[in-house]
Amino acid sequence: MRRCLPFVIVLLCWWSQVAWAHKPSDSYLTLRLDGATVVGQWDIALRDLDFALGLDADQDSAITWGELRARHAEIAAYAFARLKLLADGDDCPLVAGEHLVDQHSDGGYAVLRFSAVCPHVPAGLDADYRLFFDLDAQHKGLLNITLGAATESGVFAADAPRLHFDTGGGGSWRQFRDYARNGVWHIWIGFDHILFLLSLLLPAVLLRRDGAWAGRERFPAALWEVARVVTAFTLAHSITLTLATLGVVALPSRWVESAIAASVVLAALNNVYPVIGERRWAMAFAFGLIHGFGFASVLGDLGLPRGALLLSLVGFNVGVELGQLAIVAVFLPLAWWLRDAWVYRRLVLVAGSVAVAALALAWLAERAFDMKLIS
Amino acid sequence: MSCRRFALPLVIAALAASPMAPAAPVVPASDDVVLERLPLAANDPTARRLGSLRARLAQAPGDLSRATTLAREYVAIGRAAGDPRYAGYAQAALAPWWKLERPPTEVLMLRATLRQRQHDFPAALRDLGVVLAATPLDAQAHLMRATILAVQGEFGAAAKACAVLEIAASELLWAACADGVGAMTGRLPESYRHLSGVLDITPKADPQTRVWVLTGMAEMAERAGLATAAERHFRDALRFEPDDVYLLAAYADFLLDQGRAAEVTVLLRNRTRADTLLLRAGIAAATTRSADATDTLEQLRSRFAASKLRGDRVHLREEARFTLELLGDARGALALARDNWAVQKEPADVLVLLQAAIAAGDGAVVQEMTDWVRRTGLQDARIDGILRKAHPK
Repeated sequence: MRRCLPFVIVLLCWWSQVAWAHKPSDSYLTLRLDGATVVGQWDIALRDLDFALGLDADQDSAITWGELRARHAEIAAYAFARLKLLADGDDCPLVAGEHLVDQHSDGGYAVLRFSAVCPHVPAGLDADYRLFFDLDAQHKGLLNITLGAATESGVFAADAPRLHFDTGGGGSWRQFRDYARNGVWHIWIGFDHILFLLSLLLPAVLLRRDGAWAGRERFPAALWEVARVVTAFTLAHSITLTLATLGVVALPSRWVESAIAASVVLAALNNVYPVIGERRWAMAFAFGLIHGFGFASVLGDLGLPRGALLLSLVGFNVGVELGQLAIVAVFLPLAWWLRDAWVYRRLVLVAGSVAVAALALAWLAERAFDMKLIS
Repeated sequence: MSCRRFALPLVIAALAASPMAPAAPVVPASDDVVLERLPLAANDPTARRLGSLRARLAQAPGDLSRATTLAREYVAIGRAAGDPRYAGYAQAALAPWWKLERPPTEVLMLRATLRQRQHDFPAALRDLGVVLAATPLDAQAHLMRATILAVQGEFGAAAKACAVLEIAASELLWAACADGVGAMTGRLPESYRHLSGVLDITPKADPQTRVWVLTGMAEMAERAGLATAAERHFRDALRFEPDDVYLLAAYADFLLDQGRAAEVTVLLRNRTRADTLLLRAGIAAATTRSADATDTLEQLRSRFAASKLRGDRVHLREEARFTLELLGDARGALALARDNWAVQKEPADVLVLLQAAIAAGDGAVVQEMTDWVRRTGLQDARIDGILRKAHPK
């Protein structure tokens, strides 16, 4: 252990170097509405809790985890008596969860996790906040609230202790846009969808002749090939996304996620050992049906507002298509430009596809057998 | 067991828990982990006094004298430490009277002080107006009114408010007020000489007033280009109040201007809880290319972000300077300096707006500042130097 001393000293020096800010008192409240349930986290400055309740039991001006832990019940009682959530005027009782700690720019904070179950799914959610205003008139509660796909922020102050939120998210156009944005985002960060699509598109600028790849001569032909694949994929995943979201069909997510990984493996391998010829659009359609279920589970996680189901569904789907078109718009000119190069035909198409297939195989193993290989 | 294997994870964990990047909340490893250090230990005499005042007020929250006594204590501590939480405590102590149109005079004075500190100058002036309507010779009210008017650049009105002090207050307070305004309006050398003379013949001035006067004189000397005298005044003032945030910030600015950044680092070590002081420490660190320059920069960034979240506009001057000198964003700094200029117009505000305008190439603002300096008769060695470069003739 002796050899550790230098490191410990470095750490201690680092800690003492940290200059906590002098800052007015704020608490940070995060709420997330999911159906009729609100999940929350509340970061409250230890200095403020000490001012209210006196946490420094041994009076050495340092608040330790032991001192804080001993007072957890009292702190939760104090804080939750000063916060009310109301679903259209009906109380959503708060249930205290775990106690943690965190740091903000002015020092240590107690982190209180909690949940609240409202008597019904609210059309409007009210938050009524009264923490510390009687002790520190300039205290503020900084709220971040997630309602479906929309995130809003608000500030509680002594003269504005109550905030109201429409769970509809404020207007259908806005809601449509929020879901569309999520759709774009999901296709961009959804590596498996992108790799599947790109694997099918890579050969679009090429033709298979006598067992070897050659660049196409006419751009319209390449464009037509891309359009066929993209349209088939879009049609297919739109169908299943809609069916799954409306609750007509439900598939176990492990099965869906594994099948998506498998689809990437097959699409990539087809570039190395072409078996389906020019009928890649058919493959796009068949596996697109599976990808649609994947999109549906993301949309389900975002939460769907009652009364605006169709709007959010269409918004999300439009977002997915726009994100997909953006990828195609970058891919196609590049691929067309490089199609005759050795780099494209050997390195990108063949070696790239092998790499994609290997990666997707690992995903498949992870998802099918619930193991951790790469992620 | 070899240490290297977990040294890196340890360092990463420590960095992850840094105040610059609030990491995911955690359960501390042991009961002994220190999570927070309070500004005052519970057995500190000040803490004891505050504690008993608070307890007495809690027994009778409507007791005016208990409430104002406690509020005054909080205001004084908050000012000296540059800690805004105390302003909120003071306001809470005054809650029963806070929203009244015409609360008792003691409350009005405290409310004006707190509003001034939040840079709500119009509301503070309204409170002082009510006080002065009832007690036209209240020296404290005239002094605060003059200070606010001078900060707003209303030098004529400020001079009038100071003039009342000739009969309402001690000679030193009057001189500090009147010469302070005179020094901004074309009579810097005379005002400085006069105030020095009055301070010399007032050996019994209380330490608080003395520090305030010395700080003012130091700034006058600095603006007049008398570095040696300014240095002497700063040091004299620091002997009385080594921890006064305003004084430390002013002295740090002086040292930075003199190219003595290394001394600023020493001066402000362990004193960077106040944003104003951390900014100076950050500029010093950047100037001396110190190892913790980036660290300080990130801390400043997170502090300004935090005050933006709650909607505070109190540190616009500091944020403009930070944006200009440490982030090098001339356009952003210019926007902040303009917003700041709408609220306050002290020499430091002229300086940061002028520097941002020059960096951003905004000739109209440079001209606006040039006109302001000419019209008011502001003398300031540093501003004069910049203007000479901007208008070479």
